[in-house]
Amino acid sequence: MDLTGLFAISLGAILTNNFIFAQFLGICPFLGVSKKSDTAVGMGLAVTFVMGLASAFCYGVNIILVKLGLEYMQTVAFILVIASLVQFVEMFLKKAIPTLYTALGVYLPLITTNCAVLGVALLNVQNNYNFIESVVYGITGGLGFLLAIFLFANVRERVQFSDYPKSFEGFPIALVTAGLMALAFMGFSGLQVW
Amino acid sequence: MNIKKQLKEGLITQNPVLVQLLGMCSAMAISTSISNGLGMGVSVTIILTLSNIIIALLRKIIPNEVRIACYIVVIAGFVTIVDLMLQAFLPDIAASLGVFIPLIVVNCIILGRAEAFASKNTVAAAAVDGICQGIGYTVVLLIMCTVRELLGNGTLMGYQIMPESYTPALMMVLPVGGFICLGVLIAVMQWALNRPKKEKEGK
Repeated sequence: MDLTGLFAISLGAILTNNFIFAQFLGICPFLGVSKKSDTAVGMGLAVTFVMGLASAFCYGVNIILVKLGLEYMQTVAFILVIASLVQFVEMFLKKAIPTLYTALGVYLPLITTNCAVLGVALLNVQNNYNFIESVVYGITGGLGFLLAIFLFANVRERVQFSDYPKSFEGFPIALVTAGLMALAFMGFSGLQVW
Repeated sequence: MNIKKQLKEGLITQNPVLVQLLGMCSAMAISTSISNGLGMGVSVTIILTLSNIIIALLRKIIPNEVRIACYIVVIAGFVTIVDLMLQAFLPDIAASLGVFIPLIVVNCIILGRAEAFASKNTVAAAAVDGICQGIGYTVVLLIMCTVRELLGNGTLMGYQIMPESYTPALMMVLPVGGFICLGVLIAVMQWALNRPKKEKEGK
């Protein structure tokens, strides 16, 4: 296995091509669940987990689809796989870790409609990643999401107490903050693995 | 039928992007040029209208417990159709929109309207709602595209608009521009929606 290649994928997914700040995937939960840093971390972890699992399962599903010549059914098949995975994770967490389950609450089923999850499955196919690369991309993409949402939640807790124009209250100021963070993340774009 | 009221809701008071804050991923990601914005806006409008119609038709048959899964399958079906059509007839736009066309499946606008409107209303009302919300989304996309293309590239629809001496603010085409542009737009919207209320209170 080519370790440098995997490292390059991870670095790209976490920093240079961060799902939130560079690819605009998963903005809804990013803005919705970032009011407090501890729920943000819970959400980030759940998303990482589902993204890793979804990459693995969708890789298998894609092989079957290609064999049957049904590539055009990708979108439908992937979203069904993801929806059932999320349902499964939900049932598992309810039994095994009830505290995390209640903390995540309504956001857990919402992972189904998180575009980062479907996005990672589709990007894996587009980039022709093999099984290990797909899973690594899924997990590190999730870690990138976790990093972004954690940093953002912390900044947002501070922003609440600062002065800004009245009409910027709520989402607008959050978006401007996210924009400035995206600017900071752009600084990573020079990073390369030789 | 109160088409006028629904149109006003879609465009202003219940605008999907600026007021309901749905579908922001795609709005920020593809609003770098007007042709992209138009392609995306029209695709979303078509899918939204068709899936609203189907879901309104099936609203009495779909069991409540599995409704979200049913909605997603209906939406995914239409997204696949539009995706294949775009690849066949408008390959340039399909290439520049890339992964965001299949991602319309998880665009919260469509699922949100299915849940909030189509599942409770008649077919005709749902169809009108789909068109109005779609127009609201497209208009916001076009505003963002115009601002970002003009400032970031100095062009509109590919034609040079700004004088030669203008240095394009590259920042606006990059993700940063998307976040800040949408933030400012929502702020303007909040300001505009709150203003008349205050005047009334003053009286």
